[in-house]
Parts: sequence; structure tokens; C-alpha cells
Amino acid sequence: MSTIEELVSKEYEFGFVSNIESETAPRGLTEDTIHFISQKKNEPQWLLDYRLKAYRYWLTLTEPDWPNVNYPKIDYQNIIYYSAPKTKKEIKSLDEIDPELLRTYEKLGISLTEQKRMSGVAVDAVFDSVSVATTFKKNLSELGIIFGSFSEAVREHPDLVKKYLGSVVPYTDNFFAALNSAVFSDGSFCFIPSGVRCPMELSTYFRINAAETGQFERTLIVAEDNAYVSYLEGCTAPIRDTNQLHAAVVEIIALNDAEVKYSTVQNWYAGDKNGIGGIYNFVTKRGKCVGKNSKISWTQVETGSAITWKYPSVILQGDNSIGEFYSVAVVNNHQQADTGTKMIHIGKNTKSTIISKGISAGQGHNTYRGLVKMSSTAINSRNYTQCDSMLIGNKCSANTFPYIEVKNTTSSVEHEASTSKIGEDQIFYCKQRGINSENAISMIINGFAKEVFKNLPMEFAVEAQKLLGITLEGSVG
Amino acid sequence: MLKIENLHAQVADKKILNGINLKISKGEVHAIMGPNGSGKSTLAQILAGHPSYEVTEGNIYFDGKNLFEMDVENRAKEGIFMAFQYPVEIAGVSNSYFLRTGLNEIRKYHGEESLDAIQFLKLLREKMKLVEMDETFIHRPVNQGYSGGEKKRNEILQMAILNPKLAILDETDSGLDIDALRIVANGVNSLRSNDKAILLVTHYQRLLNYIIPDFVHVLMNGVIVKSGGKDLALELEKFGYDKIKDEVFA
Repeated sequence: MSTIEELVSKEYEFGFVSNIESETAPRGLTEDTIHFISQKKNEPQWLLDYRLKAYRYWLTLTEPDWPNVNYPKIDYQNIIYYSAPKTKKEIKSLDEIDPELLRTYEKLGISLTEQKRMSGVAVDAVFDSVSVATTFKKNLSELGIIFGSFSEAVREHPDLVKKYLGSVVPYTDNFFAALNSAVFSDGSFCFIPSGVRCPMELSTYFRINAAETGQFERTLIVAEDNAYVSYLEGCTAPIRDTNQLHAAVVEIIALNDAEVKYSTVQNWYAGDKNGIGGIYNFVTKRGKCVGKNSKISWTQVETGSAITWKYPSVILQGDNSIGEFYSVAVVNNHQQADTGTKMIHIGKNTKSTIISKGISAGQGHNTYRGLVKMSSTAINSRNYTQCDSMLIGNKCSANTFPYIEVKNTTSSVEHEASTSKIGEDQIFYCKQRGINSENAISMIINGFAKEVFKNLPMEFAVEAQKLLGITLEGSVG
Repeated sequence: MLKIENLHAQVADKKILNGINLKISKGEVHAIMGPNGSGKSTLAQILAGHPSYEVTEGNIYFDGKNLFEMDVENRAKEGIFMAFQYPVEIAGVSNSYFLRTGLNEIRKYHGEESLDAIQFLKLLREKMKLVEMDETFIHRPVNQGYSGGEKKRNEILQMAILNPKLAILDETDSGLDIDALRIVANGVNSLRSNDKAILLVTHYQRLLNYIIPDFVHVLMNGVIVKSGGKDLALELEKFGYDKIKDEVFA
């Protein structure tokens, strides 16, 4: 066996199941399901109406088949749309949370007890369909920052939610966004008022536990004038041999001179070596630079999921606004990814940067798909795109589909692309210098992805580097 | 230090080496010369352990240990270094990080303390002077965007840092202009010592004007057809490989 074929087999570290009693909706999706979810969450009528409108619209749509991925047809009537850990009463403090839940997060390396908290990071923990805890709430609220579960925001800040929900990703946007708008259960809500620079990283940790349950979370981040926030999302799920659907929607709004940095380290269960099981990660993420001089930056490290379908995008509406997309997407074994971004330039002097690093190993398929659009109003705007693919072994594939539309004569769009292969020769070279193949691979991969990693917050950059090493362990020997 | 016995090897069913015998002792510099396709580079690659070559017969011992029982990184850790004919590029990995990782692996193997970044930098700067490389190379990615001469100098720098017992230079002179050749040769000469050995693999004699070998071997069709002192290289330069071919195969 060639050394490159050898290395594919570190067990998924977060594949355990927690034994937690939960309350679930009956299998399948009808208007009754939506009433059930809305009722469980004590939602106001306007939100129920919004869900129902989205549901009725979703019924008219067909699932898109243009992504460069293959999977058996999803039976939407065979999914459980709501599952929540059973609680006897309203939880007032972290002490009242089911200890099994706390243990679950401890095992994932996320401490919800504030004594042992990660320093400088506030965490909102979402378990299946509901948010179970948010740390540092009090400290943040003193600054006027609202950070917590989406459901809570609906109850406590309905005007804000009503104002911004669907303003970046309307339910009519696409099949999965419509589905999410109909059945979304929980997620994080984050609001940074004018002039406030959020002093800590805000982070949401998504965990799917229950079997045959979809997770449909909804995240909304609003940064008012001159506000700044750095936000991180992490995700894991147990090992199961059936596929599970994760169809989230994330919306970001940046007003004048505001900046939002959104980083994701996605580590959903990816299925086993033979491609059995794993999460279908069909996500719509979009930010809107509404105000002038605003900036939205997406950094993603995608290592998990059986199938990834997502395009974190930025609508550059305000003059001089900036959009950035930094991505490392890794596929191994039978994983498939069709990911990239859309940069829609509308305002004057807007700038966007896209750096995409795709790594394919095993029999993985990795596709970059990106749209850069310069509208007629986006005079003097610029885009720079760089798409690099790295192949490990010879059974994987990488594709790049750039779409470029320019409707004015003063903007410039640059696109660079490269494909390289981790060769036996690179590994041999490292080994000849005394470096074993595992360290060699991790060195080569990290070198390849460096431009993206340097945009991650420090703690997470380290985590991402480790994760990359684990994901590819075994793909080269 | 190195003993090669009746070495036969092939790559993808094509026989390349047909019974090589060679002994190298401490303190010696050997040059292997030969026309294109004679098997010189194959011999170097096999010593380093490149997976593409299949050894079909024979033995190699390094310091009394069976070389074929050591994998590539262990050979490196035991003190075998090869300067590559075509040094490999590694994007995004700085020269200093790459070399420090390698050096510390080797030190660990010998039960020595790892060097921290500051200690290493001191060593690196000192050795860079030897091959006249400027400081920008500390942080530049390994071999990426280097000229041919810079890549070769970088190989010698690595050799100087890793301080091997046996250094194999695979066509290190190819593609070098006269200044670069002098710099590379100076680097190699400064590493000559009584307890180390050097194996030069080269097509041309000119490198041997700068690095004077103790022994010269002529390789043809996968066997050493003639061995001698440094004068043999001059003879080759004067009369070409054809004369030897005529002598040997007449």
C-alpha cells in the first residue's frame, strides 16, 4: 500500500450519546408540527404567522439539485422537528441544569459553570432544539449587549427580533431557508448597541444529541453604529448510522462603521469510513453591511458533516463597506462539500476578499462555488479571490466554480486559483529531515491553510489546527 | 561507516542497479560520477530510503546496522542526510519552523534537549553565514519562490544544521553558476571532519575542483566500472565517459 493511502482512521472524538430524557414532536412535518413548536415556545402570534407563511411557501418549492453533491432523497416526513431536554420547571441559574447536560458539555470541552469558564469567551449552549445555558449574561448586559437564546429574545426583545428576522435571509430565499423559517427551534441572538465594542468572544456551541432529529437553529447578530463583536460557532454530534439534517440560518446586520467577525469551527459527525451516517449540513449564512464603512468577515473551518452545502455571504450595501470570506474546507473518506461565498457589491467603493482553501483526502469531493457581483451602483469596488485546492491521494476530487458578474466599468475583480497535491515527494523530503509522516502532513496542511487560520481568534486557531490534524490523521502515511 | 554489498535495484520493473559494492569510512569524501541514466541518483535515493525504488538483492549497512530495517526518518535520525537534486517546496511553512522541527526530532532521538526558538535562531543565523544566505530566508516558506541556486544553498544550510554523519549530495552542482558553486562547496568543506563522510553524486568534474574527493567511482549501467583517486575525475573530464566505456566494455 502506498504511504499516501494508509492513514484514515481516528475515531470521531465527540461521537458519544448523552442519556437525557427529552420531549419531542411527533415525526413528520405538517401545520400541526409548527403549531406544536410555536406553542412549546410560547411564541407570539406574529411569529407563528411568520412560520406558517414560510411553511406554505416551502411546500411550493422543490429541493435544489444544482449542488455538486450526491445523497439519497431526504424524506422530510421522517424527521423529528423538535426535541428538547425535559425540564420540570423554569431554570433560573446554572445550578438547576440537569447535571448530565453539564457533563455533556464538559466532555466536549465547554464548561458552562462560570467558575471554570473559558476566559474571555461567553458561551450559549444549544442542545438539540433548545438553548440550555448562556454564560456571562450579566456582565454583558451591563454594557447593553444582549446575548442569549433566540427564544428568550423573542420573549424579551420582540421588537428587535421582529425588525431584523428575515431581513437578510427572507424565507423566500431558498428551500432550506424556507424550511428553517417554518420550524426553527432555537439558536443565538446577539445585539451590540451603538458604540459598544464587545469585550469578549461570543460563542454558540451546537450539539445534536437525539436520534433522527433535525436541528434547525436560527442565529441573528445585530451590530449597531460603531459596534464590534467577534462571534464563534462550534458544532458536534454523536456517531449514528443514519443521516441527520442540520439546516440553519444565520443573519448578520452591520450598521454604520460596525464590524462583525464570525468564525466557525464545524466538526459535525462526518459518517464512517464507508460513508455511512453523518450530518447533512445545509446552511444559509448571510451578512448585510447595511451601514457605510461597515465590515463583515466570515472565517470557517469545515471539517465535519457528511455533506456540506453552505455559502456564507455578504451583501455590501453601505458605501465603503468590506466583506471577507476565509475558508478551509476538508473532506476525507466519503465526505462531500459544496461551499463558498457570495459577495454582492451594491455600495460605492466596496471591497471584498475571498480566500478559500479546499483540502480533499480519501474519496472526498470538494467544490468551491462563489459569486462576485458588482452592481451598476457599486462604482470603484474591488474584489480579490484566491481559491486553492490541495489533494491528498488520488481518489479524491476538487472543483472550482467561480461566477463573476460585473455591471459597471470602474470596478475590478481578480481571481486566482491553484491546485496542488501533497505528494510522496513532499512527505519523503520531510521524513528525510527527521520529521515523521504525521507531523509532515500536519505541517504541510497547516502551511497551506495558514492565511485562513491567522484570521481565527487565538484559542480557536489552536483548536482548528489540532482538529485538522485529527481529521486527516490516517489519510497519508 | 557505510557498506554497500552487491546492491541490485529497480523502479517499476526497470533494472537500474546491477550489483554495486562500495565501502565508505569515516573522514572520507567519495564521488560517484557517471553519464546520465547510469544509476547515480538511484543509489542516492535508495540510501535515503525513497519508496519508489525496489531493492531486489544485496545489503547496505550503516554503522553496522542493516539500513533496510530503518525507515526514512530513522535513517535521518541515525545521521544520513541527502541534499536533494530537486528540493521540494512547502508553501506556508517557514524555513526556520521546518528545520527546527527536524532538528528537534533528531535531538530527541539521541536523548538531547530540544532547542527553543531563540536557541535555534542563534544556530540558524550562524549557519546561514556559512552559505551566505540573508536573514529573509529565516521566515520564507521552504524552497518556495527560491531560485535554483538558493534552493541548493538551502539544502547545504539544512545539512549544516542537522549535522549528519553521512551527507549525500545528489547533483548539488547542477544548475549552479560559478559563485553559487563556490558558496556551496565552501559550505560542504567546512563540514568535513574526521568523523563524518560525504558522498558526492555528480555528472561533472567541476564540483570536484572545489571539494576534493578522496575516491572517485565511475558508475555505468548500474555498476561501478572503475574506481580511483581524484585524478580519475580529471581524466574523465579530459577524455569523456566514452573512453572508459571503451576500456570496460571492449
